[in-house]
Amino acid sequence: MLGSFENAKLLAGGQSLMPMLNMRYVLVDHLIDLNDVKELSDIELSPDLLTVGAMTRQRALLDHDGVLSRAPIFSEALSYVGHIQTRNRGTIGGSLAHMDPAAELLCLAALHDATFVIEGPAGIRDVPISEYMLGYMTPNLAPDELLTTIRFKLPRSNHGSSFQEFSQRHGDFALIGVGAILERGDTGEITHARLAMIGAGTGAVRLEEAEKILVGERPSSDLFNAASETVNRLDFMSDALTGEAYRQKLARVLTRRALEQSAERLKGSGA
Amino acid sequence: MDKIEITLAVNDLAYTRAIEPRLSLADFLRQELDLTGTHLGCEHGVCGACTVLVDGRSVRGCLMLAVQADGRNVQTVEGLAKDAQSLNPLQRALMEHHGLQCGFCTPGILMTLMEYLQATPDPTEADIRRALSGNICRCTGYDGIVKAALQAARELQHSPAGCS
Repeated sequence: MLGSFENAKLLAGGQSLMPMLNMRYVLVDHLIDLNDVKELSDIELSPDLLTVGAMTRQRALLDHDGVLSRAPIFSEALSYVGHIQTRNRGTIGGSLAHMDPAAELLCLAALHDATFVIEGPAGIRDVPISEYMLGYMTPNLAPDELLTTIRFKLPRSNHGSSFQEFSQRHGDFALIGVGAILERGDTGEITHARLAMIGAGTGAVRLEEAEKILVGERPSSDLFNAASETVNRLDFMSDALTGEAYRQKLARVLTRRALEQSAERLKGSGA
Repeated sequence: MDKIEITLAVNDLAYTRAIEPRLSLADFLRQELDLTGTHLGCEHGVCGACTVLVDGRSVRGCLMLAVQADGRNVQTVEGLAKDAQSLNPLQRALMEHHGLQCGFCTPGILMTLMEYLQATPDPTEADIRRALSGNICRCTGYDGIVKAALQAARELQHSPAGCS
């Protein structure tokens, strides 16, 4: 259907596309409403995978009891997405297809090595997060393709996580957001570390240098400081909201806080 | 553009109308049903003035198409009280605590809080401020609104039937 119309667009929750239509930034001849496609709104939780239909409302994932206990960072990060009213309509796939560089969902996708299931006239393809983000607000999606499902790889059930964000007002676009996931071995050293950041550039950025510093070490404030200093070697964007230097400082502080809180929660989880 | 026929319930009354597919839910309520209590401020989902409930959940009336409300149950500010003598506890509390001045944002704030207080019967002040983050008020400084919401939450807890 999408391929057979001239200048058509898919409408998901409408919390980004509708404002753009209202302001006439986007002019379409055909709008294909996905809101009644029930098959696209399932949430499935297996021991190591969270599978979410693209039309799942952000509110549904935020309130999902199973996800809340298995991977609490989803609720924590989603509570920063817009406001109650926009989360009631806004969808997981809509946000990821719109691909705003400050989208909390991109951070969750990067943290959980997400796979994007994309369907088009040529069939179904699985796209890993590393190949999904092509550039500023540009997902790896052809005009006649549809993002149907997103699969998130879950950490071990004994993990500590934290999502930290700074914006000018609650619900505004993040200037910087950082998510962290830590796992620990029997002797107390960190066995697995995941860090991802949004708001810095064109999409979510994995803080791989920091992750390398963390693995094999015991949690300490010196270690977390060293890990957060690695953002000094990354590029940050400047825009109308704030400059590069301030974003970098925020990234440093939020990375440290995310690590400290993850470690704190890891202790609390009895791992 | 061909019109599309929709049937929906608004404040428990059924309506059927043939409408342009591009019409927003908020414009539909105001222009087709003359329910002008729902206000339109920014028309791009930022100010919250057009907040209404669809199947019990708060949504931006300007970011939903009226055709998408086909078969749904919509509640607007007009449904909260049948006359000035029988305001609901939240409306009364807003009046008592100077929770409004010009009143433009009030319908959206009422509908947001109706959903929120039902889901969160015992909120803290910080919870209320967070819940209201999607509703912009340029008169009150929010303090009166927050006090009113806290009072209404206490009253609604004691008379759950009052919040429907």
